[in-house]
Amino acid sequence: MGYDDSDLLRPPSRPEGHAPVAVKILIAGGFGVGKTTLVGALTEIQPLRTEEELSEPGASVDMIIGVDDKRTTTVAMDFGRITIHGGLVIYLFGMPGQERFWFMWDDLSHGTLGAVVLADVRRLSDCFPSIDYFERRDTPFIVALNCFDGARRHEEEEVRQALDLDPDVPIVRCDARERGSCRDTLVTMVEHAITLVGTRSRAPSPAGSRT
Amino acid sequence: MDPTGDRWWDSGPRPRRKSSPVVRPYALVRGRTRPTGDVLDVISMVYSLRISAPDSADLEPEHLAMLRQCAEPRSVADIASTLDLPLGVVRILLADLRDRELISIHRPRPERLTDIRLLREVADGLRRL
Repeated sequence: MGYDDSDLLRPPSRPEGHAPVAVKILIAGGFGVGKTTLVGALTEIQPLRTEEELSEPGASVDMIIGVDDKRTTTVAMDFGRITIHGGLVIYLFGMPGQERFWFMWDDLSHGTLGAVVLADVRRLSDCFPSIDYFERRDTPFIVALNCFDGARRHEEEEVRQALDLDPDVPIVRCDARERGSCRDTLVTMVEHAITLVGTRSRAPSPAGSRT
Repeated sequence: MDPTGDRWWDSGPRPRRKSSPVVRPYALVRGRTRPTGDVLDVISMVYSLRISAPDSADLEPEHLAMLRQCAEPRSVADIASTLDLPLGVVRILLADLRDRELISIHRPRPERLTDIRLLREVADGLRRL
């Protein structure tokens, strides 16, 4: 194009520069299960707005909603960044759980390293859609039981049966308010992804290409 | 809409924002709802090839803010969050800049998800938190 070079930052022929590698981890689960708490325990939450076609009212909403015009609303979801070093950044995205926000799941989950499905043992069925979704897409995921005060301590096998989970899907306990517990949960998820790379080494990558 | 008044059903808490946008987001993109080209991944890294454009007449201030912001590589999600604009709007504006060859976009490479060395680096990095 006909620009002069006075404001050229870097030669277009070498545009790669020093962009860090970015990876994406999803925090999923039902309404009010503690996704925001978990993201906030690990990193400063930044609001990220996206759009939704205005259709019909939802019964319960775990995102902050404002009206931008008469055809669309914007919804704010949790998003956080963990900079490991200058060349590696981890992005956490809280996936809104309710059915009316499922349209966002494909957008968020594309090319994700893996997911943590946060579950409340008193409302295990709330995480069925998340588990179905990640199983269907071959996305590595673990189930983290958020240990609320007074929650009954289910045995792992009991939960595994209730969720109809494959034996190789890790189940961990997590206190979303505790940074160390959240950190360990994410580490378990990444280690599970590493294990799956080994066992799936002959299978094609589930992720497609996208710019 | 609430039939009893002029409030929308979801006129609840407003998004957290430092300041209200000067223009409505879809006025900013002139009513467009889809960007040109492929959909940008939320973690695609964007960097400016130039910090300003000579024919800035057809660029909005938000375009120019993006150019300045992306002097260092920034993700699409970071850009949307910093500018407090909806993701879809940001994708359209970034596509404008890409079409004018003012930015370069570094998309996430799917093969990285099976790169054991990278995954271990992620796990080790998290352990140090």
